[in-house]
Amino acid sequence: MIKFNTHPDEYQHWSLEINRHLATLKLNVNEDGGLYKGYKLKLNSYDLGVDIELNDAVQRLRFEHPEVRTVVLTSSMDKVFCSGANIKMLGLLSHAHKVNFCKFTNETRNSIEDATSCSGQTYIAAINGTAAGGGYELALASDYIMLVDDSSSAVSLPEVPLLAVLPGTGGLTRIVDKRRVRRDHADFFCTVTEGIRGKRAVQWKLIDELVPRSKFSDMVEKRAQEFSEKSYRPLDEQGITLTGLNRTIEGDHIRYDNLTASCDRQSGVVNLTIQGPSEDLPLEPESIKAAGDKFWPLALARELDDAILHLSFNELKLGTWVFRSSGNAELVAQVDKVLIKHKEHWLVNEIVHYLKRVLKRLDLVSRSLVTLVEPGSCFTGTLLELVFAADRSYMLDGNFEDSTEPPAVLQTTEMNFGPLLMCNGLTRVQTRFLNEPKMIEKIQDQNGKDFDAEEAFESGIVTFIPDDIDWDEEVRISIEERTSFSPDALTGMEASLRFAGPETLETKIFGRLSAWQNWIFQRPNAAGENGALKLYGTGKVSKYDKERV
Amino acid sequence: MNINYSEKIPNNVDLSSDRRLQRALEQWQPKFLEWWDELGPDKSSELDVYLRTAISVEKEGWAHFDYVKMPEYRWGIFLTPSDPNRTIDFGIHKGQPAWQEVPGEYRSELRRLIVTQGDTEPASVEQQRYLGKTCPSLYDLRNLFQVNVEEGRHLWAMVYLLQAYFGRDGREEAEAMLERHSGDQDKPRILDAFNEETPDWLSFFMFTFFTDRDGKFQLASLAESAFDPLSRSCRFMLTEEAHHMFVGESGVGRIVQRTCDLMNQHKTDDVREQGGIDLPTLQKYLNFHFSVSADLFGQEISTNAATYYNTSLKGRMAEAKIDDNHLLHDTSYPVLELSGDKIIKTDCPALNAVNERLRDDYIEDCDLGVRRWNKIIENSGHDFRFKLPHRAFNRNIGHFSTIHADPEGNIITQDEWDRKHLEWLPSQEDRTFVQSLMQPVTEPGEIAGWIAPPKGKINRQSFEFEFVCFN
Repeated sequence: MIKFNTHPDEYQHWSLEINRHLATLKLNVNEDGGLYKGYKLKLNSYDLGVDIELNDAVQRLRFEHPEVRTVVLTSSMDKVFCSGANIKMLGLLSHAHKVNFCKFTNETRNSIEDATSCSGQTYIAAINGTAAGGGYELALASDYIMLVDDSSSAVSLPEVPLLAVLPGTGGLTRIVDKRRVRRDHADFFCTVTEGIRGKRAVQWKLIDELVPRSKFSDMVEKRAQEFSEKSYRPLDEQGITLTGLNRTIEGDHIRYDNLTASCDRQSGVVNLTIQGPSEDLPLEPESIKAAGDKFWPLALARELDDAILHLSFNELKLGTWVFRSSGNAELVAQVDKVLIKHKEHWLVNEIVHYLKRVLKRLDLVSRSLVTLVEPGSCFTGTLLELVFAADRSYMLDGNFEDSTEPPAVLQTTEMNFGPLLMCNGLTRVQTRFLNEPKMIEKIQDQNGKDFDAEEAFESGIVTFIPDDIDWDEEVRISIEERTSFSPDALTGMEASLRFAGPETLETKIFGRLSAWQNWIFQRPNAAGENGALKLYGTGKVSKYDKERV
Repeated sequence: MNINYSEKIPNNVDLSSDRRLQRALEQWQPKFLEWWDELGPDKSSELDVYLRTAISVEKEGWAHFDYVKMPEYRWGIFLTPSDPNRTIDFGIHKGQPAWQEVPGEYRSELRRLIVTQGDTEPASVEQQRYLGKTCPSLYDLRNLFQVNVEEGRHLWAMVYLLQAYFGRDGREEAEAMLERHSGDQDKPRILDAFNEETPDWLSFFMFTFFTDRDGKFQLASLAESAFDPLSRSCRFMLTEEAHHMFVGESGVGRIVQRTCDLMNQHKTDDVREQGGIDLPTLQKYLNFHFSVSADLFGQEISTNAATYYNTSLKGRMAEAKIDDNHLLHDTSYPVLELSGDKIIKTDCPALNAVNERLRDDYIEDCDLGVRRWNKIIENSGHDFRFKLPHRAFNRNIGHFSTIHADPEGNIITQDEWDRKHLEWLPSQEDRTFVQSLMQPVTEPGEIAGWIAPPKGKINRQSFEFEFVCFN
């Protein structure tokens, strides 16, 4: 079982040093510390385990270190920055794991960019040796790239010529879209195994600055200082501590403080239930800080994040996730009010952006998502996003027979209209009603008011509203039907339907990853017995099927 | 510009009719001379040196002796004459005709091989640039300069290949070879052994014995390359490399002889007071240079080496003499590896173990030289014997770079290493002592007290000959 929870004290591959405004994340991969057997992580190459640590560090830097304004990504190896994903590992692992690995590393790169753009924490890549493939892609996620000028260190994306696959962590998209490298230059760059170094790397915008070896660390510090001066992060604030998650797994039941998940292996379904906040909610930044990672929205975000990762990686056959919630909807609305009111406060800002990232992760899962709105639920504001994020939602119209509980209602808050953007740059409401601003206005006009099932259906918030006579059958048949379809076709269909609207860097990266890379990963030229990925390292040469498809 | 190319740059590659190459070399040559002036042998440009110049590849042409001022040395471009019927001896292209052009699919691998080899040539010139100040005799000074100009010519040979066959990238690489400098903090040479200092003549002789011998093995395996111009260049370079190793082996041998003579004369093992270098100190230098040079063969199990071999770019030493199918698919080769705190022999895929095989050949070759030195000691009636350290000793590359081992190959702790390594490697005190002996001797026929005069002659000129004229 893969664990996503870690702590700097347990890092095997990274060291994190903090010196006031400057944090330095040094990659020093433990060769023998691979997540699986059968490969050595030589030359600062990485596997999922290395990236889990990076993800943890990026996350902690935002919450635990408000004082850190600049993060330098570098390596403690002499002539190697990072040589990318370990090829032997890619050759050994199943297709599913390769794809999950690529997705997770992409999400981590995106979280680096998110830290810079949303949290004033700028990443600098200080490339002190070879940066190949995923190593250069890691640098591309930074805002500023410095390369040592020693006539041998180069940046490269050698996947096509060397491995017959694509740079899988956004490299192709980022060079042309983010760094605006000319397409013809990019084309050349991506076909030379040795990459590009020196002045040409600057001229072609592959890097920002070239620095002699002897001046490298001074110059990196100087740039870090400059970026720090521009940051708006607070000066004299203490961070909060992200403590270990309280998670228990007993048989098919996973339990967190605010979330439970039950796995139904027979039908391939996970039932997830979110517990709403309890009464004594902090209302001001100081009390939020005091509550720390126990503050409900943050605690829930962390638990949901962990559950999504755990289920995605460790439970491949549970193809449908069904969300429910339980709790006091008023309190959720209150939490959202606090988040909106204090959104300028650094910690609140971090919490909101974290919620955003977790929901983005949910949008990207290769699972069918169904949300069920039943009496006693609290799908308000932030939690209402789970209704919009679902491929389909059902809301009980009225009440269950013999129950005295009031019927379920839904409510929007300001959280639904801006802070929790999807990776297409739109809110989930905007994505749902693309080019129908009137529909959005209609919902927004009702902000803070309850929608009963009928109203929610009329407004287009939920998909279907069976009454208590139909409910059980409708829901059961719908889920049984869904689980009978081809998982591949479902994944493709869902991903195609979820992201209506404009393309962004992120949608392009994920879209191309799932289309091109996943196609290439399946093709004999890469993954066959004599494919480049399988033969890499043996010295043997793959024979390509030259037919263009 | 009207230049007589065959006069200025002796060659057998028909330079005078290749305009593209002329243009490239014209741009490069001034930079090369600038580099020689700046980082070649210090204060040597006015000296008349009795040098061998290769002016053709014929028997009488490659060893033409005369006094030359080094900046006027004619760095030529010579390839062993081509054999139009040569076929490839190994790898997946085995049996096909050798390539006269670079195949597009192997462009970057071939370029990398040539750059890595080429980078070592000027590096050693830079490492040795101050040795002229402390030469033990004119004979040795001349040998040093001979080695230097030939390393310069080897650089030319590699630059020729880059310029003639690799287009713009090749020209850039050729220039980069003059931009990287040995020991330079900003732009060091590619391989670590070429960033070490060569501060004294003992180091120089050890370097030419051990490190230039790596060169011999690398050149020999490149001489097998399917890329014919590379193969032919390396074949010709090997004839010169042999002289460098002779300088090393005979140089150390003469020091050993002198030490033994002093030991006999003064009836003592510790000849430092008599101005000789004691045998244990020589062993420490040997340990250092052997271990640093062993690193040059790279990782024991190497993806690159496997690719180079399989694609017929770089073979094994004397491929034609090896009795196998020259493909190495599905065969294994025994390699020493770490297993916990033990060193064990493991059968590894032979294709990936090509580096290790070459290192094995190298160690065997080194051992032969060491035995000849031991013969000198034995003939002088002493019991001391030199010994090559275990390959796990003092390594910075490969499996053994992560552990410490003593010269016998026993794995030891960091603590033990810290306490004992100066029993095995030259200490600062040893180096200072050796340095103190380095006083220049520049009268014809005279020699420093720590080394015996040579037995052989150069082009029939005996030791008393004025090999270098100071004008």
